[in-house]
Amino acid sequence: MKIHEYQAKLVLAQVGVPTPKGEMAESPEDVARIAGELGGRVVVKAQVHVGGRGKAGGIKLSSTPEEAREVSGQILGMDLKGLTVKKVLVEQAIAIDLEYYLGMIFDRDARRVVLMVSKEGGMEIEEVAERDPKAIAKAWIDPAIGLADYQVRDLIFDAGLSRAHVKEITFFIKKLYEAFMTSDATLAEINPLVITKDGQVIAADCKMDIDDNALFRQKALAAWQESEADSAIEDEARERGLTYVHLDGDIGIIGNGAGLVMTTLDAVGREGGKAANFLDIGGGAKAAVVKNALEVVMMEQPKGVLINIFGGITRCDEVAKGVLEACGQLDIQVPIVVRLSGTAEAEGRALLEGTSLIPAATMQEAASKVVELAYATR
Amino acid sequence: MSIFIDANTRLLVQGITGREGSFHTQQMQAFGTQIVAGVTPGKGGTEHLGVPLYDTVKQAIAANPSINASVIFVPPPFAADAILEAIDAEIPLVVCITEGVPLHDMIRVNRVLTGSKTRLIGPNCPGLTTPGACKIGIMPGHIFKPGNVGIVSRSGTLTYEIAADLTNKGIGQTSIVGIGGDPIIGTRFIDVLKAFNADPATEVVVMAGEIGGEDEEIAAAYVKEHMTKPVVGFIGGRTAPKGKRMGHAGAIVSGNKGTAEAKVAALTDAGVPVADTTAQITDLVIERLRQLAPAR
Repeated sequence: MKIHEYQAKLVLAQVGVPTPKGEMAESPEDVARIAGELGGRVVVKAQVHVGGRGKAGGIKLSSTPEEAREVSGQILGMDLKGLTVKKVLVEQAIAIDLEYYLGMIFDRDARRVVLMVSKEGGMEIEEVAERDPKAIAKAWIDPAIGLADYQVRDLIFDAGLSRAHVKEITFFIKKLYEAFMTSDATLAEINPLVITKDGQVIAADCKMDIDDNALFRQKALAAWQESEADSAIEDEARERGLTYVHLDGDIGIIGNGAGLVMTTLDAVGREGGKAANFLDIGGGAKAAVVKNALEVVMMEQPKGVLINIFGGITRCDEVAKGVLEACGQLDIQVPIVVRLSGTAEAEGRALLEGTSLIPAATMQEAASKVVELAYATR
Repeated sequence: MSIFIDANTRLLVQGITGREGSFHTQQMQAFGTQIVAGVTPGKGGTEHLGVPLYDTVKQAIAANPSINASVIFVPPPFAADAILEAIDAEIPLVVCITEGVPLHDMIRVNRVLTGSKTRLIGPNCPGLTTPGACKIGIMPGHIFKPGNVGIVSRSGTLTYEIAADLTNKGIGQTSIVGIGGDPIIGTRFIDVLKAFNADPATEVVVMAGEIGGEDEEIAAAYVKEHMTKPVVGFIGGRTAPKGKRMGHAGAIVSGNKGTAEAKVAALTDAGVPVADTTAQITDLVIERLRQLAPAR
């Protein structure tokens, strides 16, 4: 789960990581109020999950509350790389002396968290990595030990950070680690980590991702799950307890098992179709789940739907019942191809006989049929 | 023959009295798996499905020293602890079915596994089956039959689809291993391939991977250098978009890492044909078996 910069900074602040004074706002009036409270120059920053906000016009400095109100009026509601800005962060502007990069990320290959530090802050870290890999100092954290002080020293001195601020930077890094661990983060990036003109070490920006599997024990963070412009249907699916990913195509996909569903997407793609979504109903799904699934998929307004079931624990007759229930309530006008194999396949197929649902015996046949029928009017 | 489990497997079920644990214990018993004991804290001294229950894993083993494997049906908040308990009791094979174990928990479990006596399979896996002998987990036993093809996969139902097609065409399996869909798993493709390579009864191996991570690439490197029997590959998620998690916690293309293209390329380079469809997997297996036939 991604969280916004203002939320990440709240997480940091709770643990004592130094962050600029600021507050989130959703209206120009609030922005002006906050700017007035902060006093002096403020920066208004769009809160959307994209990189390069500054270049896209989503970050603006203001010298007065009136100016802040005006720039926020432009930023709020703007389209930033496909996302609509609904919130901004209003922060005290900081006098930057030095900018570093600090990142804590789960390294899948190493199966550990890696800590990365570079003198080259305030720019794309991937570019730095490509141009000069030695510019990034790394340390992998042993879960039996946690982040060791010597590792922090290794990084600060290897990366060539300011020797005059070793103590403050060490404190910052250790506190960031604390925030990372206590919030079940999978990524925490401070870019730039700023040394201000009066010697403070502070997080000018912060990007954090939280482990979805840990949200059950991160109730405060879980409350921040929110809808983005293109995934209102994903939110709906999540509220119904469905594993769902919105995609760009026009053929709805429902299946049981993530690997099977991914393969179904591929099968449709091979036939020249484009999947509208990924939806895994999981194992042993009852009719009600299947009905829910079809309802959600229809929200994508697909030209056709493919339901691909290989039932182990999942019963094909339960699936058929759910599909029929949904069709009975929804008046679906597009072709629905249903492939039922495995447990209770005979019973399931029998239930679909004589209905408008189109049967298929194999995944390949189902993919071919749904693409042909969905695009038949072309 | 087989890998990891056989007729000598003696199984402990952690979380046996839960809904999943209960249902699948019955299914495993029906398959013929020797289920010796169950653990549900607080229910020690009672019985469930004909199996004696204990409060702790250590107590279960002390009373039943023949136990050589455990399966874990415990909800996500407690699953890592159940794994650690089994590792501490030195159970040689632990299979964790649970989906949704927090990443930080698995980082710690992975650390403890190193140097331990335990092989962990999973989490977030359907388990493994040796047809005719033993089934640990939730796979539908009736689709398999004993034979000479080994299957290893990150998926559940996709694996069943692949196995069912082989069985329908008269080709049986030595063992079917579901390694799971999480980013940190106890047993990776390379571990299973090594085992199949050393199993005299396995003549061809089917390896079904998907986007995310680099397990398939690591396995491909092993196949290229060491595998003495043919491998047929499959990669799911070829049309998945970048940056989106496709159901499995580990099925995600991050930046440029973990793409289907890279996996297909690595396997192809290792001499492993990668089927375009699940139906084609069976065709490739049949072809490979035929090529092996003259040597007999």
